[in-house]
Amino acid sequence: MALIATQSLTVDTRLHAVSMQLQRGEVVGLIGPNGAGKSTLLKTLAGLEDYSGEIRIENNLFESYSSSERARMVGLQPQLVDSTWPISVEEVVALGRTPWHDRDEVAIQQAMQMAGITEFSQRTIDHLSGGERARVWLARVLAGQPQALLVDEPVANLDIHYQLSVMNVLKDYAANNNGVIVALHDLSLAARYCDKLCLLKSAECVAQGSPTEVLTESLLHSVYEVEVDVDLNRQPPVVLPR
Amino acid sequence: MPYLSIALLLVAWLSLWVGSVHVSVPGGLIDFVSGVVSEKAIIVGEIRLPRTLIALFVGAALGMSGAALQGLLRNPLVEPGLVGASQGAALGAAAVFYFGLFAAAGSLAITLAGLIGAFVALLLMLALSGTGRPSLVILAGLAISTIAGAALAVVLNFAPNPYAMQELVFWLLGSVSNRGLDSLYVLAPALLVGGVIILSQRRLLAALGLGEQVAASMGLAVNRGSRLVVLGTAILVGASVSVAGNIGFVGLIVPHLLRPFTKYRPDQLLIPSALAGAILVCSADIFVRLLPYGQELKLGVLTSLLGAPLFIWLVVKESRRWL
Repeated sequence: MALIATQSLTVDTRLHAVSMQLQRGEVVGLIGPNGAGKSTLLKTLAGLEDYSGEIRIENNLFESYSSSERARMVGLQPQLVDSTWPISVEEVVALGRTPWHDRDEVAIQQAMQMAGITEFSQRTIDHLSGGERARVWLARVLAGQPQALLVDEPVANLDIHYQLSVMNVLKDYAANNNGVIVALHDLSLAARYCDKLCLLKSAECVAQGSPTEVLTESLLHSVYEVEVDVDLNRQPPVVLPR
Repeated sequence: MPYLSIALLLVAWLSLWVGSVHVSVPGGLIDFVSGVVSEKAIIVGEIRLPRTLIALFVGAALGMSGAALQGLLRNPLVEPGLVGASQGAALGAAAVFYFGLFAAAGSLAITLAGLIGAFVALLLMLALSGTGRPSLVILAGLAISTIAGAALAVVLNFAPNPYAMQELVFWLLGSVSNRGLDSLYVLAPALLVGGVIILSQRRLLAALGLGEQVAASMGLAVNRGSRLVVLGTAILVGASVSVAGNIGFVGLIVPHLLRPFTKYRPDQLLIPSALAGAILVCSADIFVRLLPYGQELKLGVLTSLLGAPLFIWLVVKESRRWL
């Protein structure tokens, strides 16, 4: 039984008839050009957009969940997050317990540990670097212990060290009988960390499957309109524009 | 919070004690409650007690509404006066003075009109600004304030006689003197209902600090909750303006000063802001009473005199942040 399954999911003109699945233990990567519909898909799965078609969570219709129940199952880390108030890192992470109406210290500490931010938990968010903040936002979603974790561009603007550390957190989270859907621009990271990929172009899913099925030179050329070198046999795999 | 509660009791006691005639506060209160007609019972119970309670309630309403609006709009420069709510309430209430609207509602008419005025002003402001973007909120608030101010000027212009106009202007300047205990029948329920509505949305206010998308993804009803916060604020501001006129800057200063003590959490700022607002307005009223006898300095004028420099300091601080 899929953790999340969509059937002909359509959101006005931004998403057209997308059918995809997320199984437990899996990291699914959403790739595609800017404006292809990656963020829209993630937001829809988190209940932020009106849609037609069907979304099922553990085989139950999306609408059969109350908004709190849904938020406990599905956690979203949007692309752009900022905190208006200079609250402490621990308080930001504690906000992730909102769907549960509690302040479960164990969950909060675990989330901070997973994201590797325990050492600066008492600092305020406005005194952190971009890379540190990215991990704080991630810990905020993890504190909600969602079974399906949706993350939009978590590594944009991060240096390579933080890119790998964030992707490793996602991979470990999925391995723990959860599922992760992550929107990515970096195709090499997608090849390295994702079990399945869904390639979006102009609101449609044009290809999905394992990285070897989706990351082909001809397919990427037709979608991105640039020549791409693909070497998936290398460790780690490399996908680079020529 | 315990400190604020103690300070509140002290200020309330002081407010009952301070005046041109020295009387025993406990004696006066006991006589008043037990129905004994004595000089101290009249002075403490019928003159100072209503004034004190009204100052406390108005302050609490303004403090909490400021904290709620700043949390909702994610903007530390917002206050009921700056986003048009106070002017809307004033316009509504002034319209009652002038046109005799809601005559059927009797003494509640002014409050009702003030409430509607504040609510409409806030809704218009939200519609105009669209999002919580700070610059837009201030601009939209300015636009609404200006329109309400212009309409108020029209009402004053066509006031039926000079005395009516003078009464209206003095009332608008903001004061808690010479209001009977029956004003409390309006203020107390308004504070309770508005406060409960706002407090019911405190999780939303906390989550909104991370943006609307994050709040909605955590299962919160952002639109419905925001409207409830606006409604709660309108009830608080509408009721306090209709009883005491415009008492500016309390809703701006109080949450701002308290924020560092509540770890900048908008949800934990609400009740302390109400307590501190009550303390501030009551203290300001005591100060006004201590001034040499003569033409009374209106309470709203005093808070504006104190609040305006602080607002300028806030603007300067904000502008430095963006340099």
